[in-house]
Amino acid sequence: MQYRKSLLAAAAVAGVAFAGLGGAPSVEAKTFKYAFQGSLSTLDPHGLNETFLLGTLGNVYEGLTAYDADLQLVPALAESWEVTAPDTWVFNLRKGVKFHGGQDFTADDVIFSWQRAGSDGSDQKVRASLISDIRKIDDHTIEVKTAAPNPLLTQEMVQLLIMDKEWSEANGTVTATSVSGGEEGNFANLNTNGTGPFMVTENTQDVRTVFQRFDGYWGTTDTNVTEVVLTPIAQDATRVAALLSGELDLVYPVPVQDWNRLEGAAGVQPLTGPEARTIFLGMDQSRDELLYSSVKGVNPFKDQRVRAAFAHALDLNAIRDRVMRGAATPTGVMVAPQINGFNEDLNTPYEYNPEKSKALLAEAGYPDGFEVTIDCPNDRYVNDERICQAAASMLAKVGVKVEVFAQPKSKYFAKVLQQNGYDTSFYLLGWTPGSIDSHNVLANLLSCQNVEKKIGLFNLGNYCNARVDEITALVEKETDPAKRQALIDEAFRIVQEEVGYLPIHQQPLSWGVRDGVTVAQRADNVLDFRNVVVP
Amino acid sequence: MFSFVVNRFVQSVLVMLTVGLIAFAMFRFVGDPINNLVGQDTTAEQRAELRESLGLNDPFYVQYARFAVNAAQGQFGQSYFHRRPVSELLVERLPATLELSLVAAVLALVLGVPAGVYTALHRRGVLSQIIMTASLFGVSIPTFLIGIILILIFGVMLQILPTFGRGEVIDLGWWTTGMATPSGLKSLILPALTLALFQLTLIMRLVRAEMLEVLRTDFVKFARARGLRTRSIHFVHALKNSLVPVITITGLQLGSLIAFAIITETVFQWPGMGLLFIQAVIEVDIPVMAAYLVVIGFVFVLINLIVDILYFVVDPRLRVDRGAAGGH
Repeated sequence: MQYRKSLLAAAAVAGVAFAGLGGAPSVEAKTFKYAFQGSLSTLDPHGLNETFLLGTLGNVYEGLTAYDADLQLVPALAESWEVTAPDTWVFNLRKGVKFHGGQDFTADDVIFSWQRAGSDGSDQKVRASLISDIRKIDDHTIEVKTAAPNPLLTQEMVQLLIMDKEWSEANGTVTATSVSGGEEGNFANLNTNGTGPFMVTENTQDVRTVFQRFDGYWGTTDTNVTEVVLTPIAQDATRVAALLSGELDLVYPVPVQDWNRLEGAAGVQPLTGPEARTIFLGMDQSRDELLYSSVKGVNPFKDQRVRAAFAHALDLNAIRDRVMRGAATPTGVMVAPQINGFNEDLNTPYEYNPEKSKALLAEAGYPDGFEVTIDCPNDRYVNDERICQAAASMLAKVGVKVEVFAQPKSKYFAKVLQQNGYDTSFYLLGWTPGSIDSHNVLANLLSCQNVEKKIGLFNLGNYCNARVDEITALVEKETDPAKRQALIDEAFRIVQEEVGYLPIHQQPLSWGVRDGVTVAQRADNVLDFRNVVVP
Repeated sequence: MFSFVVNRFVQSVLVMLTVGLIAFAMFRFVGDPINNLVGQDTTAEQRAELRESLGLNDPFYVQYARFAVNAAQGQFGQSYFHRRPVSELLVERLPATLELSLVAAVLALVLGVPAGVYTALHRRGVLSQIIMTASLFGVSIPTFLIGIILILIFGVMLQILPTFGRGEVIDLGWWTTGMATPSGLKSLILPALTLALFQLTLIMRLVRAEMLEVLRTDFVKFARARGLRTRSIHFVHALKNSLVPVITITGLQLGSLIAFAIITETVFQWPGMGLLFIQAVIEVDIPVMAAYLVVIGFVFVLINLIVDILYFVVDPRLRVDRGAAGGH
C-alpha cells in the first residue's frame, strides 16, 4: 500500500515535471470583472487629480516611482535616483521600456509629461509646479530642479504619470483635457498609450472599460489575468447583488451593513481593512462669534476647555461598534498608520469621560451647554451622516445640543470650503494625504490659514499655532528621517494637547470578492491589477 | 390645419424655453460643480479661474440665455464630468433608453390588454381576483423596490438573469442594440418588466373599466339580441370601442416611460439617458442636466403635438368647433 502510494506520488511528480517541460507556460485567457461605484471620468492622466482615477490609470500609465501593495515607494520608470543638492535630483530612467504603441521611453517623454501636467486645463498643475526645471543629461538620465527643497518629490512623482511625447504630438494632445472645452486634449481623453502592464482596449464611459494585458511590459507582475473589465455600478444594492449573483469577481465599496450578508452568502466574502483616510471633526476657532450657535458675542471653540470637553464627550469605541459594525479604527492622531510620520505612541484617543467633559464645560462657563450646528456630508465617507448623528447624541449627554446639517457632497463642500469663506462652525471631514506623508496633513489641515503661502487652506476652522507652522516649514525641507520624525511628533503633540481637532477613526476599506480571487487591498483604496490573481 | 400646427409649435417652443429657465434657476441649489472637477490639492485660484472660464459666476439667467442660444443651434456644450460634447453623450445613450422604453411599452400593452379584457369578462372569477389584487402591488410598490426584488429573485437566488447593464451590444454606427445578442436580450428582461409594471397595471385597469362600460351599452345588447357570437361581441364590438382612450393614454405614457426610466436605469445600471442624468445630478454636471431636461421636454412636447394633431385629424367636431369659434 505504502509502495503504491509513493508510486502514485512519483507518477504525479513526473506528470508535473513533464507538463513543466512542455515549453512556455500556456497563457490561459483569464478575465477579471469588477465594479466600482464611479466611472473613469477621463482617460487623460493629467485631467483630474483624484485617487480612484489615477490609481486605475496607474495600471495603464506609470510614473517615475510607484507604490507597492503595502504603499511602500518602489522604483517604476526611474530605476534609481539621488539627491545631488537640496533642490536637485538626478533620476536614472529605466532602459528598454516600451509604450503600448511600440515607442521607446526616454527622457524627452518625462520632460514632455511634466510640461503637459502644467498646461492649461490640467488638474496636475500643483504637482507640476513642484518642479522648476528638468534638464536632459542623456536619453536615460535627467536632472530635476525643484522649486524648493522637497524630500517628498519621489512620492509626488507616483501620480505624475508619463505619456509618450511622439504619440501625443502625433495625435494633437500636447495639453491636458480641459473641462471647459476645446478639442485639443480630447484624444487622450478617450485613448491611452502608457507603459503599464495593461492597456485600455475599450472604453464606453459609464458602461464598461476593458483592459488587456500588454505583452511588452518591462516588469514582472504577480497577476495571471489577461483581461480586466471594469463596470461602474452606482447603486450600492445593485453592486452587491452583482457580486452575489456571481456575475463579478470583485465589487467595491460594499456598504458596511452588507458585510453580514456577504459572509452568509456562498462563494463570496467581504474584504476589509483600515483605509489610510482619517475621519475627524473640526471646530471654527477663528471667528469671534460662531455662525451657527446659540452662544453670541464669543466663540466657545476658542476656549481649549470647550474643545477638550467635546473630545471627552465622544465615545469612539461606541461609534466603531454601533455605526461602523466594529470595522473602524479609533484614532488619536490626524494620520493613519500607513502614512509616513505616523507614531503609534501618539495614537491614543482622548479618554471617553462625560463627567470630565461636563466639568470642563462648567469651568468654561457653559454649565448647561450650548447649541451648535455640525455640517456633514452624507455621501462622501463611510456612514458619514450617521457618525455626525452619533456624535450629536453623545454631545447631548453632556448638555451640548448639536444640530446635524447633512447634505450631499456637492452641496457640503460648496458650503464649507475656502471658496465660500469657510461657512461652518463645526464639521466632519476625512483626509488621505495624497503624498502618503504627514507633511501633507501639516500643510493642509494643521497650519494656520494662509492664502498667500497656500497652506492651511483645508483647515476649515483655522486651528492656528505658530510653532506648528514653523515645524511644517521645517518638515518640508528636512531630509534627515530621524530629525524629521521628531519634528512631526512635536507638531502632532501640540495639536493633540491643544485639542485642535477631534480625530474619530480610520474608516474601513470595504470590498467584496469572490472566493478564490486574491487581490492586494491597498490602504488608499486603489485596485492594482498587478496583484490580482484569479482561479 | 397648418395654422393649428404652427400655433401648437409656437406654444411648444415656449414650453421648452420655460423648462430651461426653471431648470437653470434650480441648478444653483444642486451644489457647486467645481469641487467635482478638481482634486483636493487644487488651489483656490485655480478653482476660481475654472469657475470664471465656465461662466459659473454669471447670474443664472445669463447662463440660461447662453445655453438657450447655443441649444437653438444644436450646441449643448461640453460635459464637465465626461469632458466630451453633451450631444455626443446623449446620442450614445439614447438607444438604450428607447429600446428599454419601447420594449416596456409593448410588454405593458401585450400583457395589459388581454388581462384587462379577461378581468372584465370574468369579474367574479378567481383568476380575475388574483390579477386585480396583484395589480394593486403594481400600482403601489415603488419602481425602485420592484427592481430590487426582481434582482434578488432572478439574479441572486435563481441566478438565471443578469442583474445589471445591457449585456453585449451590437454597434450599428448610428445605433447600438442589445436586442441582437442572447446576453443583450437576457439583460433586457428585468429592467423592462420593472419599467412596464406600472403601465401594465394602468392599462389593464383602464381596459377593464372601459370594457365594463361598453358591455353595458345598448349596442352590445342589440348585438347580443341579433344573435352574434359572444366572442365576436367581446372582441370586435366591445374591445374595439374601449381601445380609443387606451391608445391615447398609451401614447402619452410613452413619454413618461422615457422620462421615468431614470429610476429603473439607476437600479439596473442601464446605460441610458436617465442614468446619465442621475450621474449628472450627483456630479453637478450642469450642461448634461440642462440638455437632458430640454430633450425630455422636447419628447413630451412632440408627443403631445402628435396626439393633438391626431385628434384634429380623427375628430371632425374639433374642426367644426374651430370654424364656429369665430362666431362667438
